[in-house]
Amino acid sequence: MSAPHDDTNLGIAALAAPQRVAFPPNWPARIGLLVLALYVAYASTILDITWARFIIGLDHGAKFLSRMFPPDFSADKLSLLYVGMTESLQIAIIATVVGVLLSLPLGLAAARNLAPPPLAWSARALIALFRSLHPVIVAILFVKSVGFGALAGILALIVASLGFLSKLVAESVEEMSMKPLEAVRAAGAPFLSVVTMGVLPQVIPRFIGFAAYQLDSNLRNSALVGIVGGGGIGATLLTAFQRFDYDFVLTIVLAIIAIVMVGEIVSGWMRRMFQ
Amino acid sequence: MTAEISAGRPRQWQRFSLPERIMRSAFYLLVVIAVIWSLRTIEIIPEFLYDAPQQTVDLFVRMWPIDWSWYPKVVHPALMETLHTATLGTILAVAVASVVSLMVARNITRSIIVNTIGRFILVATRSVHAMVWALFFVALFGPGALAGMLAIAVHSIGFIGKFLAEAIEDAKPGPIEALVATGASPLAVLIKGYWPQVKPAFLAIATFRWDINVRESAVLGLVGGGGLGMALDTALNNLYWDQVGLVLVVIFAVVIVAEIATAWIRSSIL
Repeated sequence: MSAPHDDTNLGIAALAAPQRVAFPPNWPARIGLLVLALYVAYASTILDITWARFIIGLDHGAKFLSRMFPPDFSADKLSLLYVGMTESLQIAIIATVVGVLLSLPLGLAAARNLAPPPLAWSARALIALFRSLHPVIVAILFVKSVGFGALAGILALIVASLGFLSKLVAESVEEMSMKPLEAVRAAGAPFLSVVTMGVLPQVIPRFIGFAAYQLDSNLRNSALVGIVGGGGIGATLLTAFQRFDYDFVLTIVLAIIAIVMVGEIVSGWMRRMFQ
Repeated sequence: MTAEISAGRPRQWQRFSLPERIMRSAFYLLVVIAVIWSLRTIEIIPEFLYDAPQQTVDLFVRMWPIDWSWYPKVVHPALMETLHTATLGTILAVAVASVVSLMVARNITRSIIVNTIGRFILVATRSVHAMVWALFFVALFGPGALAGMLAIAVHSIGFIGKFLAEAIEDAKPGPIEALVATGASPLAVLIKGYWPQVKPAFLAIATFRWDINVRESAVLGLVGGGGLGMALDTALNNLYWDQVGLVLVVIFAVVIVAEIATAWIRSSIL
């Protein structure tokens, strides 16, 4: 290399004196990751999660899987499955329909642009209460008050549907345009007509989508409320677990997955039809 | 137009076409049939209903003065266990779901077979409820927080993976192409090209799922998954309704606090 070249190189190096790194180390992120790793280690000891237990579990898992396969499709089991599944389906349908019907008035009551403030706030508090209670806990309470069986499951899922749907109704009512309402009011319409002619046409198309989603989620949850005594396939599943009928457990789980997938297809089809 | 009006034959306006109307009517009919079928055949035992009001009143009367003295020795450790279960479960789920979402995202993995396998993992983990997963893991690992944590983690994979894969597919190709043009390795493209674009969605999904998981892990103990659910189950089995009331109040409080915390994190980080 000749001297002039050296000079230019030196010049560039001098210009770039505070050396720029394309990707400087991100210290906050590194410290964050370290804290996360420490937390994982700490929480694992608190929860008594050890490698040895995990290995023993995997050993059990192998036995478990061998007892699950092949799934049990014998006739008596299939009839049990059919009874449980129909009940779950019925629970989901009734809970969704009743939830949809009740969530419209509750959602309207919670909309701050329509309802007077005291009503709106009490409706909002009720919705918040419904939303924060897990369906399983609600089901336990209903099992105590109306006894074991499908009714407790239906009531629990109605509460869950109300929490979800009313909140969305209230939100979409608050977002809607007030102009059609003013027009309807100016024509001298009573309150009920204002709702049916001014509010519902704006809210319904989105609401159908929410209702379809809720049917989906009620189908999923109807398998759940049975575990605590709410009837349906959950009860069948818990019984199969307690009897160590693991091959039948697999049949039930496969059936639940199939029904949830069919439900997803149907609700997607519903949404497309109404939008 | 004017001719029609003068002829006294007003034009008929219809919002939907004939096939649309037929589909809608068929749908309404289907709903009515489904409801009638469900209502007629569902088994409800009326004898249980006669005393439902008394039972409900009884429930709250027995719960009332809530047994606070039970909190320090049983409920507080259970609460901590629930929070750790939810957090560890979410961390594990995020780790696994990140890998699966890379398999699913079509702009990263261009093999349809791998995409489909990933998609199947996401759907299968999501459709089985956390409580059912907990039944499985309790059978494998015995009752306790380990089973609950794994149930939470496995059930969350589907949810986190689905949204993460969508976020990755939405990433703008510009920065990626620039990096590829400089000859960056695939790992470098992933870290410096995709990660900065996916990061906000990643944090939002993880905190949102943590909020859901706190709710879920509070009830997993009912099937042996540890935490508050276990305390609830014990109190229910012993018919100590004042303790049941305490656990319910604690669950309610922790759910509200988790919701407020995630809302705060979302508004301050994102």
